Amino acid sequence: MKYLMLVCTDPSYTPGQDDGAPDVEDWVTEMDGKGIRLMGNRTRPASDATTVRVRDREVLLTDGPYAETKDQIVGFDVLECGDLDEAIEVASRHPMAWAGMIELRPFWPDDED
Amino acid sequence: MTDQVKDRIAGIYVDGWSRIVATMIRLTGGAWDLAEECTQDAFAQALQKWPESGVPDQPLAWLTTTARHRVIDRMRRASTETAKLREVAALDLEPSPYSSDSEIPDERLELMFTCCHPSLSLDAQVALTLRSLTGMSTAEIARAFLVSERTMGQRLFRAKQKVAHARIPFRVPPAHLLPDRLPAVLHVLYLLFNEGYGDPRKARLCREAIRLARVLTALMPDEPEAHGMLALMLLHDARRPARTDAAGDMVPLAEQDRSLWDQAQIATGAAICERALRRRRAGPFQLQAAIAACHATAPVADQTDWPQIVGLYTRLARMAPSPIVDLNRAVAISMTDGPEAALPLVDAIAETGQLNDYYLLHATRADLLRRADRTQEAADSYRAALDLAPTDAERRFLRDRLRLL
Repeated sequence: MKYLMLVCTDPSYTPGQDDGAPDVEDWVTEMDGKGIRLMGNRTRPASDATTVRVRDREVLLTDGPYAETKDQIVGFDVLECGDLDEAIEVASRHPMAWAGMIELRPFWPDDED
Repeated sequence: MTDQVKDRIAGIYVDGWSRIVATMIRLTGGAWDLAEECTQDAFAQALQKWPESGVPDQPLAWLTTTARHRVIDRMRRASTETAKLREVAALDLEPSPYSSDSEIPDERLELMFTCCHPSLSLDAQVALTLRSLTGMSTAEIARAFLVSERTMGQRLFRAKQKVAHARIPFRVPPAHLLPDRLPAVLHVLYLLFNEGYGDPRKARLCREAIRLARVLTALMPDEPEAHGMLALMLLHDARRPARTDAAGDMVPLAEQDRSLWDQAQIATGAAICERALRRRRAGPFQLQAAIAACHATAPVADQTDWPQIVGLYTRLARMAPSPIVDLNRAVAISMTDGPEAALPLVDAIAETGQLNDYYLLHATRADLLRRADRTQEAADSYRAALDLAPTDAERRFLRDRLRLL
């Protein structure tokens, strides 16, 4: 089961809340090695983002993210896990789960419309 | 004869529904709707056939086998894809273990933990728990929560979708996750109990909550918090007949007619609580049950062991801090040390602002001020409580208190 793992900062971050968090390189190495992390990368911040919409056949572009979320996406990973509990365990060991927040989105199933 | 059979089927349904649904969910790899429908079909067939053939010796095995045949049948008809056909064929070849009731594994614990997975919203957890563990219909559940059947149907649909799409595993969580996951199950069950406790129209929710609590303690006998929660439910439930008077108004604990309390149930609840505490793994439910036991085992209000209650609230406050626990502790201290000792504690809670809109904060302060003969201030607090009281019964109660000042 594949999950999109969205890595985000937390606007209410207080210094010290992620003391003792795991090291990100260790996390990547471990999850790559286990075949859990299929790919991933940091992404540039919202200021470098572009939103694309097509309305009435017209391509509309907006500078920045469309969603009015205060959460900032700073990276993503694609995970292959047996079930949600495994994905949760993997995500909880990423340092950004401590300093920010991580959203887990299951992929759309292949056999459904 | 037929009525007897129908009664027996109704009796089997009480636990049988969830047992069979759980087994079908696991067999189908998580097809909840299919599991429910085929379980429904099995009971329908029993209603049709058993009046003539008689109730089988192993009724659960009969029903589970019937449900399983229906599942295989429907899965076969629903798909022509090779992968799915292989799945169905694998199911078919599995030797059926259902020759005797005692051989059928009880997978209701798996079901409970799945329904109460923390990635589901609380509403979804509650709805799923009721639907799959009590066999209440969507319409019945909707009525219990005062929403439309359509709304509840959508809630259930979305919850099951999430379980399937996010792949919430159908299992009892491994030991290292239990400390996080068991409280969620207890929370849902206690929420159900509370929902049904105050409202006679919702008495069924109370009964189902107690029944599920018993199932949970039977399946997890080494979890003292589960026993603590069951004890707490039994102790509250035992006092229910005395909680309201003929007019439907609330009767405070100190004024309740204790002859209306179910003493046998109180004794049971107190014993369960005590046994749980002896394991020396105290938790919030056990402590709350111990407090409830102090109240319920006092022959008259004046003989309530208030010092012990203070001690228990102090422990509870350390374990599960909350302003409501602090408030209740203050009330207990007013009984051991007088209202003047408790008022500063209540003022400190009020200062944090956390309970400003909670009518019981003001009602409690009013009561303490009344007992301290500070009548004018008491009246002010009663009025503040009146503004915030959520029901007619509570408003009547507060108006009475105001009048008697």
